Amino acid sequence: MGEMQHLTARRMVDLEIDGEPVRVLEGSTILDACRGLGIDTPTLCYGETLRPANVCRVCVVELEGARVLAPACSRKVEPGMKVRTDSERVRHSRKLVLELLSSSVDLSTTPAAAGYLERYGAEPERHGPPAPADPGRDRRRAGHHEEPDGQTAATAASPIKIDNELYVRDYSKCILCYKCVDVCGEQHQNTFAIAVAGRGFDARISTEYVAPLPESACVYCGNCIAVCPTGALMFTSEHELRAEGVWDEARQERTDTICPYCGVGCNLTLHVQDNRIVKVTSPDDHDITRGNLCVKGRFGVQHVNARGR
Amino acid sequence: MDLRLLEVSPTGAERAAVDGLLGPPASGWDGGERRTGATGNVARGGHRARARRDQLLPVLLAVQERVGWISPGALNYACQRLTVPPADAYGVASFYALLSLEPRPSRVVHVCDDLACRCSGSGALIAELEDRLGPEGAVAEDGGTASAWFRSPCLGQCDRAPAALLTIAGDEPEEHVLAPARGALPGLEGAAVDPVARVPQQGEPGLRLLRRVGRVDPRSLDDYRAHGGYAALRRACELGPEGVIRELVESKLLGRGGAAFPTGRKWDAVARQPARPHYLVCNADESEPGTFKDRVIMEGDPFALVEAMTIAAYATGCAHGYIYLRGEYPQARGLLEHAIAEARRRGYLGEDIVGHGFAFDLEIRRGAGAYICGEETAIFNSIEGFRGEPRNKPPFPVDEGLFGKPTVVNNVETLVNVLDIVLEGGSAYAQIGTDASTGTKLFCVSGHVERPGVYEVPFGSTLGEMLSLAGGVRGGRSLQAVLLGGAAGGFVRPDELDLPLSFEGARAASVTLGSGVVLAFDDTVDLPRMLMRIAAFFRDESCGQCVPCRVGTVRQEEALARLLGGRGRGDELALIAEVGRCMRDASICGLGQTASGAIESAIGRLGVFAGKG
Repeated sequence: MGEMQHLTARRMVDLEIDGEPVRVLEGSTILDACRGLGIDTPTLCYGETLRPANVCRVCVVELEGARVLAPACSRKVEPGMKVRTDSERVRHSRKLVLELLSSSVDLSTTPAAAGYLERYGAEPERHGPPAPADPGRDRRRAGHHEEPDGQTAATAASPIKIDNELYVRDYSKCILCYKCVDVCGEQHQNTFAIAVAGRGFDARISTEYVAPLPESACVYCGNCIAVCPTGALMFTSEHELRAEGVWDEARQERTDTICPYCGVGCNLTLHVQDNRIVKVTSPDDHDITRGNLCVKGRFGVQHVNARGR
Repeated sequence: MDLRLLEVSPTGAERAAVDGLLGPPASGWDGGERRTGATGNVARGGHRARARRDQLLPVLLAVQERVGWISPGALNYACQRLTVPPADAYGVASFYALLSLEPRPSRVVHVCDDLACRCSGSGALIAELEDRLGPEGAVAEDGGTASAWFRSPCLGQCDRAPAALLTIAGDEPEEHVLAPARGALPGLEGAAVDPVARVPQQGEPGLRLLRRVGRVDPRSLDDYRAHGGYAALRRACELGPEGVIRELVESKLLGRGGAAFPTGRKWDAVARQPARPHYLVCNADESEPGTFKDRVIMEGDPFALVEAMTIAAYATGCAHGYIYLRGEYPQARGLLEHAIAEARRRGYLGEDIVGHGFAFDLEIRRGAGAYICGEETAIFNSIEGFRGEPRNKPPFPVDEGLFGKPTVVNNVETLVNVLDIVLEGGSAYAQIGTDASTGTKLFCVSGHVERPGVYEVPFGSTLGEMLSLAGGVRGGRSLQAVLLGGAAGGFVRPDELDLPLSFEGARAASVTLGSGVVLAFDDTVDLPRMLMRIAAFFRDESCGQCVPCRVGTVRQEEALARLLGGRGRGDELALIAEVGRCMRDASICGLGQTASGAIESAIGRLGVFAGKG
């Protein structure tokens, strides 16, 4: 009943994007409208299965008459809106956002990053050579920092966290998109093992008092890994293959199947390299899982590769 | 909610701090005695427990005050009582500078090392503390008490700089403002005398917002009434809610918090919202460096704020209001708490206010050391018990504010203006000031002037007149620059003193009045060092949510550091401008959008670093 009312109440909205008239459903975002027009909008913190956090600001667009730019991922369309997605002002902010991120975070395993950096002519090097990892980063106090000399560019680099057998946390690669926190919390998993802690540049993803994962509320569903856009959260299998230099997505086969463990019927996508399952995902658009799995579906594959089998 | 709690218990003092606020636990579920047997075996979890999430920050503050830090056992117990996941609560606690997640000694001195105090000897004060207690954050035995000191951003005591805030944790926690904190730091000996709010213009005719400050007893409702108090509420009830809003619209009152939004429009929008309840939030998180006007009102005339909020609630249909008060204002808190209790006792708050049949009550929520919580949506997240991160707008507070409900959020000064508007009518009020900026404005004059303090003048007075009121530059020295509007404002030159202080005058000169800061720097000031302090402030106070501000404030500070150290790469000025433009255009909230303003104005308007970069 609610759904019906929802459908009948929805109207079409006319707006203009880059001079082109567009008509989209009321309630759509500017990002949706851009996609309809085939305009490629860069996104990093946006997740198909999550409410937009709109924090990375790489998708910002210019709205005629607005004082500041607006995030395309979350701003809803309004009748008569005039949107510019490639003005000098937009390009400047996107370029700087990419520079600021790239100069402070290791984007080497963020698939889209290299293309974005090139497209916007970002020059992260001009902010200085990256500062070394800080082992004390997890404990920094809000509202205090050492005065810099400016000779290096401060980074989010901190020692990699390997405290369990299933996945690795390398927060040097974290852009703080909030997706892992949102998926772990009330938007999907309701486990609440992690949160954003600290403030400002020292903000980081953390368990309570930086407890190791096995001592935390983590249930190893791995849904945070699934939404992580940067590889900061990574299957141990992928992490190890990358360390050996043999991780190669081009050689991986993807096989869709149904999880055999229980009666829910979650879809699994098995990523297979050299006849070994190296990663398990679930399709975002699957109506049961919406990309999510539990520990069994996500990690319970050792028996497939077991020698004694 | 199935929470995984930690396997640590609170100490007796920690438990007492939490229970002191929440009452004793009702069952084993929320941390009390487990009762076995058929009767009385109840669990109070679920929605009702989660609905108390907004008690998280008050509980954390209670533990901090009593024990001096928030241990895992204390955090865990707070989580159990409120059904909040420990990781979540840790994220909240670690957001606030006044909360510590590491052990701290019971006695802590927070020393202001911000702009105004730097003009008045905070450097010497810090040197003295280093001498006495060791380096910042180190624990020292001092007169038999474990002590430590920390640097603090502006404490809002700029008229009696240099300032410090002393906190002593214990069963009877103490908080004292030491201002001016000179000499042998007498407060450390436990003999702190909390200073009384005064204004230099005290008793002068023509004062409106400040007319009672220093003349009325801030602890007496009768004295407040004898000085004209609660006449405005009576008049408001005659006008009716629509009538009050009509007068307010006619008065053309613009918000005094910095954004200058028409208050009447805001009230009207909330009053018309069919969704219920409506909430009223008074933004008293005055933390803009150089700002202390709201403190002076709250300490000098607390009942005026209570009355003004009651009128606001009446006009906009709010049954509940919050004063979000910055954590560094213990005196204002004490006086406001007393005023609220008195008003309640005498029927000026509560179920049937002065027999007019409307109900309204209000409570104080303390901040815990976060400038960003003065942002109008961050304040909601902070009250609700979340990290004080601003929300994306739209939706605007009048549609979805506190707890997702229509909310009026106004600054202290804005609210207090309402009293005269109601009493004398909107059109009479609009005669004061200029056409576009009506009424009077409070300016916080500090730095190198003879008589720092809060001054009230009609809009349209010039910057030069303002400085003359404060006795001109201290010691007859010459003026180097004025910081107008605070760290989020901008610098003006000594040859621009004819600048009219009105919203339109400031806009025409590409500056902002901001929160009314007029901070004068004489010719001895090392301006680049002051710019570094401003850059450090924004880096420290950024919430960290959006990339432009989180990283931009860091890159800005680094580029400045290179210029200061004489080890630049030649592109610093361009870099500051480019990063600044991105922060201005693409940040979520006003903090990022203004974080480069003062620095860019010093470069562009004053010519600091001319010929470099």
